[in-house]
Amino acid sequence: MSIFIDENTKVIVQGLTGGQGRFHGVRNRDYGTQIVGGVSPKKAGENVDGIPVFASCKEAVAATGATASFVVVPPAGATAAILEAAQAGITFIVCITEGIPAHDEAKCYNILKRDFPNTRLLGPNCPGIISPGKANIGITSGDIALAGGPVGIVSRSGTLTYQALHELSQQGVGQTTCVGIGGDPVPGTNFIDCLEAFEADPETKAVMMIGEIGGSEEERAAEWIKKHMTKPVVSYIAGVTAPPGRKMGHAGAIISGSSGTAQAKMAALEAAGVIVALNPTEAGEKMVAIVKAL
Amino acid sequence: MDLFEYQGKQYFARYDIPVSPGGEADTVDEAVAVAEKIGYPVVVKAQVKVGGRGKAGGIQLANDADEVRLHAGNILGMDIKGHTVHRLWVELSSDIASEYYVSFTLDRPNKVYLGMLSKEGGVDIEEVAETNPDAIKRISINPIDGFSLDQSRAWVADADIDEAAREQAAALIVKLYTCYVEGDCDLAEINPLILTTDGIVRALDAKVTLDANAEYRHPEWEVWAATDTEDPREAMAKAKGLNYIGLDGSVGIIANGAGLAMTTLDIVNQVGGSAANFLDIGGGANADVMTAALEVINADPSVKSIFVNIFGGITRVDEVAKGVIEALRRVDITSPIVLRLDGTNAVEGRALLAEHLNDKLVAEPTMLEAARRAVALAGN
Repeated sequence: MSIFIDENTKVIVQGLTGGQGRFHGVRNRDYGTQIVGGVSPKKAGENVDGIPVFASCKEAVAATGATASFVVVPPAGATAAILEAAQAGITFIVCITEGIPAHDEAKCYNILKRDFPNTRLLGPNCPGIISPGKANIGITSGDIALAGGPVGIVSRSGTLTYQALHELSQQGVGQTTCVGIGGDPVPGTNFIDCLEAFEADPETKAVMMIGEIGGSEEERAAEWIKKHMTKPVVSYIAGVTAPPGRKMGHAGAIISGSSGTAQAKMAALEAAGVIVALNPTEAGEKMVAIVKAL
Repeated sequence: MDLFEYQGKQYFARYDIPVSPGGEADTVDEAVAVAEKIGYPVVVKAQVKVGGRGKAGGIQLANDADEVRLHAGNILGMDIKGHTVHRLWVELSSDIASEYYVSFTLDRPNKVYLGMLSKEGGVDIEEVAETNPDAIKRISINPIDGFSLDQSRAWVADADIDEAAREQAAALIVKLYTCYVEGDCDLAEINPLILTTDGIVRALDAKVTLDANAEYRHPEWEVWAATDTEDPREAMAKAKGLNYIGLDGSVGIIANGAGLAMTTLDIVNQVGGSAANFLDIGGGANADVMTAALEVINADPSVKSIFVNIFGGITRVDEVAKGVIEALRRVDITSPIVLRLDGTNAVEGRALLAEHLNDKLVAEPTMLEAARRAVALAGN
């Protein structure tokens, strides 16, 4: 199995007629994803490489039965696009848009939570999700993933998500699903959501978790792992040697104390029984060893 | 983008938040001119984007022009925690009866806004947070609900702010909230918020961090961009639209994505080298972006080798390869470049580069091998 998406997931692309939307939408379709339509108010009735374009999400959903959406829309319109998808009944939204103002994200997240509790948003500013051999929504290059499991991947960083896939695939270790949750301050889906789904997925036997400095999501994930996770987790945290941020003001220090550094995150994960690697290559090697011993 | 105090106060003024009358000064004469205009006594304040300037001697009271001259002369050029003072803010001195603390920021775990208010404001607020956390009253605000004057009044009362200050403070805090939200701040903090002996509440300091993602809808921010960075390398990178942070090492770094750029720093460090910079070229890495990135790194005399670490996603490796080839045509790069290219269209990208490889442009198959090569070439 896989988490969140599989070969039966029907997907529309909001922004399919733009340069990035066209490139990645068609690539996702060619990978085998059921890309059933695109949305572009001004280009309704046209098609992109055979994919029909609709005027609105509502029309696209009515015509295709799509349940997922891939949002490739510039920052100023991205949160409106996300909410339009939710209103049309879409329950899984992947938004790759980088550069959305934090206040827009915070409002969008809370509207989804209040009005559309059954809709999951992945991102924004994330690479998307791939269930190798089944479906790919987003900008991940499908050829670096390997179908068949047994590893689930969850990552905050886009390029490190690819790196993690690559390290495992090179060693012949496949993935069930690889989720890039994105590094923005208000992610729709967090580490714990993905860990929970991987823990419940019988085909996922181990999980690789890629974090980075800042925030406290990794520390929270460590707590969750300690309490609930029975499957082995290998982790890498980027930014051990990153320059310290020039923090202004006291609010950050009052809230977080010493948490947020790579060292604090690694210590929290180790205390939760997670195998912590110093770089993505080492994380790959440690995961390969775990899979071979299964 | 972090704002200097004087910029933060200018921003506050846009939202009708009361601040002391004052003006900025880059020279001793300008400082005296500002003081003469607003009247004495004045406070001469160093403008640096770091905390602790008061303790470092960067804030001084002046009762006349001679004292302004003396203090301005001392503070201009002063080094405060590695930041050189180039500008002063001279404002009318306040007779302080009470000092409070108030801020709005994002509560990341709960994805709502967090307000913090304390009647024990001033320089030691972080110590208050440690030793007497109950003295800081926190409120959660859902971004879709907003924040009303009644809520503000209740909060001010809960924090036990002096009676005489409550109504003014409640109104001011609502304006600060508006500034935080509509002004697209990541942080809007006043420490101290003061009650003067004659019963006026106003912001004596301003710590504002703006959300760079919202720049497109705030043309008024443009005037502050020029003062955003001190490091000449960072200023050059910023002018070219690059996400760059200058460091002390000898291996120049170009990577796509903040995570991979951080990992590149980590790995260079782990194989015995040190990075000269952090540089994330982001998503659309075309020839112009790559040329700009190589120009910035090439201008740094401490760079001895350059490690280009790309994993294509939305960035297509063939575009990156074209960018490198074009950049080499446009710029005379002094240091050898080590390339590691993977991901979207990597095969096409590597093929494009094959005929250009030589002593000064080498390719390695993995990140680890490329890091070792770059560190070796840097002479570590």
